[in-house]
Amino acid sequence: MPQSDAWDFETGARSLCDLHACARDYNWLEEPYFSPDGERVAMAAVSDDGATACVNGQAWENVFEKLWMPRFLPDGRLMAFVQTDGEWTAAVDDAPWENTFAFVWNPMWSQDGSRLAICIQQDGEYGIAVDDAPWETLYENANQFVLSRDGAHSAAVVQTISLGQADIEGYQKGVFSVAVDGEPWGSNFVNCWGPAFDAAGERVAAAARFSLYDYGIIEEGRPWTTTYQCVWEPFFDPNTGEVLAPVRTGGKWGLAHRGGFRWEPTFHQLWQPAYSRDGRTLAAIVAPKFGEFTVAVNGTPWNQTWPVVTDLVLSPTGRAACLANESNTRFRVVVDGTAWTGRYDMAWPPVFSPDGKRVAAAVEKHGRQTIVLDDKVYKEWFDKVWPPVFDPSGEKVLIRAVSGGACLRIVDHISSFKA
Amino acid sequence: MSTIADRLIDDAGIQRGLNRLEQSRIRSIIKGVLASETGARLKTYAETCMRCGLCAKACHYYMSHDGDPSYSPVGKVRQTMWEILKADGDVSKQQLQQFAQIAYTECNLCRRCMHYCPLGIDTAYIISVVRRICHKLGVTPQYIQDTAHSHAATLNQMWVKDDEWIDSLMWQEDEAREEFPTLRIPLEKEGADFMYSVIAPEPKFRTQLIYQAAAIFNAAGLDWTMPATPGWDNSNMAMFSGDAEVMSRVERAHYETAQRLRVKRIVMGECGHAFRAVCDVANRWLGWKVPPVPVVHSVEFFWDLLESGKIRMASKHPGTVTIHDPCNIIRGRGLMDKLRDVVHHICEDVVEMTPNREHNYCCCAGGGVINCGPPFKKVRVIGNKIKAEQLKATGVHTLIAPCHNCHGGLEDIIKHFELDMHIYFLGDIIYKHMERPADAGGGE
Repeated sequence: MPQSDAWDFETGARSLCDLHACARDYNWLEEPYFSPDGERVAMAAVSDDGATACVNGQAWENVFEKLWMPRFLPDGRLMAFVQTDGEWTAAVDDAPWENTFAFVWNPMWSQDGSRLAICIQQDGEYGIAVDDAPWETLYENANQFVLSRDGAHSAAVVQTISLGQADIEGYQKGVFSVAVDGEPWGSNFVNCWGPAFDAAGERVAAAARFSLYDYGIIEEGRPWTTTYQCVWEPFFDPNTGEVLAPVRTGGKWGLAHRGGFRWEPTFHQLWQPAYSRDGRTLAAIVAPKFGEFTVAVNGTPWNQTWPVVTDLVLSPTGRAACLANESNTRFRVVVDGTAWTGRYDMAWPPVFSPDGKRVAAAVEKHGRQTIVLDDKVYKEWFDKVWPPVFDPSGEKVLIRAVSGGACLRIVDHISSFKA
Repeated sequence: MSTIADRLIDDAGIQRGLNRLEQSRIRSIIKGVLASETGARLKTYAETCMRCGLCAKACHYYMSHDGDPSYSPVGKVRQTMWEILKADGDVSKQQLQQFAQIAYTECNLCRRCMHYCPLGIDTAYIISVVRRICHKLGVTPQYIQDTAHSHAATLNQMWVKDDEWIDSLMWQEDEAREEFPTLRIPLEKEGADFMYSVIAPEPKFRTQLIYQAAAIFNAAGLDWTMPATPGWDNSNMAMFSGDAEVMSRVERAHYETAQRLRVKRIVMGECGHAFRAVCDVANRWLGWKVPPVPVVHSVEFFWDLLESGKIRMASKHPGTVTIHDPCNIIRGRGLMDKLRDVVHHICEDVVEMTPNREHNYCCCAGGGVINCGPPFKKVRVIGNKIKAEQLKATGVHTLIAPCHNCHGGLEDIIKHFELDMHIYFLGDIIYKHMERPADAGGGE
């Protein structure tokens, strides 16, 4: 999450608006969403006049036939999908885009939030629009949309050849490709999945199926020569620019690159790989044994395992944190292989402080939510909290919460968390 | 006694697969599957089956074909896997065609025969391995292969595009708000109690089921959501075509969607095979011993709503009904008691068909058989004469079946055998007869 030194980290609590009061102004008020800096809270709202966004209790000036998916971009702007005269588009901070479409969905944004992309359907054809500029070429089907980190480029899996009903022969000849900024690779494949950009947004790799049985990786439209039993989404090594991917061979999963293996195929599962920002640490969720999941860091699994592991997060300096649970209960935060003592009914992805020394997460127990920080629980429980935000020093935490209908912005010192 | 060779049916998918298949590949592919994907389980079954034939009367195909042994479970295994093992994988294309037809269209993987085997041999498992071999050799019926293709391309089984899913939900919300002014179908509501997942025929052509579910959840005041991304479809015909890799890709998306939305559980609609895919097969292929997010079938969910009083019936469905027990949630989950509790809650009178519960006959659509399409429709309809007789013997005109595939199969049987019956989902009846919220208009 981008963070500005200009954000207000003065210790204290403020109420941004009262949901009960807001609700009286509308026929229909949906769940609230907080801005990253905690200064604004937005909801989709419907009155007799139509649909709008309610921000800190104030409605947008524009009223639409429909509005859904209000979300704050990382730079603090509020977007939503809006419909007027049956046509859909995106509106950002109350300003609808000029282009309209038959349908829009799946907002994506650049890491800094300065660019917004949405998926579009017009006249039964599919593509992406970035900052109000739709792809010049749309496709009869497109999915698995992705945006580069800087938002300058977009890609999707596209169908380039039409199929008749139950045309399994045509399908197996290959009708799918990846389009980057609307332009397809020159070659088709039986399937393409999970296109991914490199850090600079200049190159794209995707998982693919070359027959019903041969899986592999495509870089810039060119397939690797090695095939596998199955593959998950590829990603780029930020140090070398090489493509890596979890692949299955001999019934086990490993991390492949250059036709060989970065991590040997010894795992029952391997997914959600991630690099730290400094590029020194590569981690992934793995299952060293059937039914036993953990995190492997630079190829070495942690000693402890759990039935389910999710939400792997790396600090800028390469520390790793994740969530572990048992059948979606008894959630624990695990940091560098050590599980915190606290167990919760639900948890949200861990958040590192800017220096990587502290970890905090939103958790839920008995229907109430709060923040835990280094296994210490905040002094107050709420109806709902959003993931915490550390101040630049890592000594304070911004808590965005709803309690008794009040949308609260709280900044508190880490000493307010107790074991 | 007939053999499979006496009843071969032309199928474009199977034929195309055979035409392009090189004989030299057959043995190596089969040996590869047997060596790397089977083990003690198949070996034990192969070595312990006594060919006693006690499984025969468990099979609706056998019972519907006047006791023809070639339709018995052991007869089907003898004509497929035992031939494969005997030949050490060196089988002909002609044999492969026969294997495919038996495995895909003459066995519903219903597991009734397992109950009648003195050794507990799971014939469905053996036939599933035959399907896996057929898939790896490219010898699959056209229509189920097309469905598996849809799963691979869209992560749903009916080629529903990303926007069509969302648009269908919004449409149903609009429709339902005419009747229930405060009703929502909440999209992407993170932290809701449960994610409701359905199979692709619901947004495609049974949207009223989404409407009804939303109405029931609204009346009960539940905190729920549906995703606005792929991962919403819990069905999985790739499981039945033998494409384990695509099967698992679909279920990974399903579970990761629920995890992303931070729901406590997944509640799924009235579908049998989807339950098998989500809770039994695909989760294990992905490495989870048990489902990573609890999955509650509609039968269990409705049972809880009715028992807890969150849903109250204003009236009951008039007249007498009978109950069809879907294989995958009865033999596969043990929901027979809760299914009966629900039906007695919502209907005036129930006449049980015989046999019932875990001994009930399959609808003959499940296991992907109905998805093999028109070429094999007659096979599954005629192949379930015993079910028609079972239904007719109840003397009842209303049938309750909490499973999509069962609906499809039973509708064909009812029509062919002129049974004068009408089929309902549980949700049809609960929606129609439940107490409505105070602000609701219309209805009962």
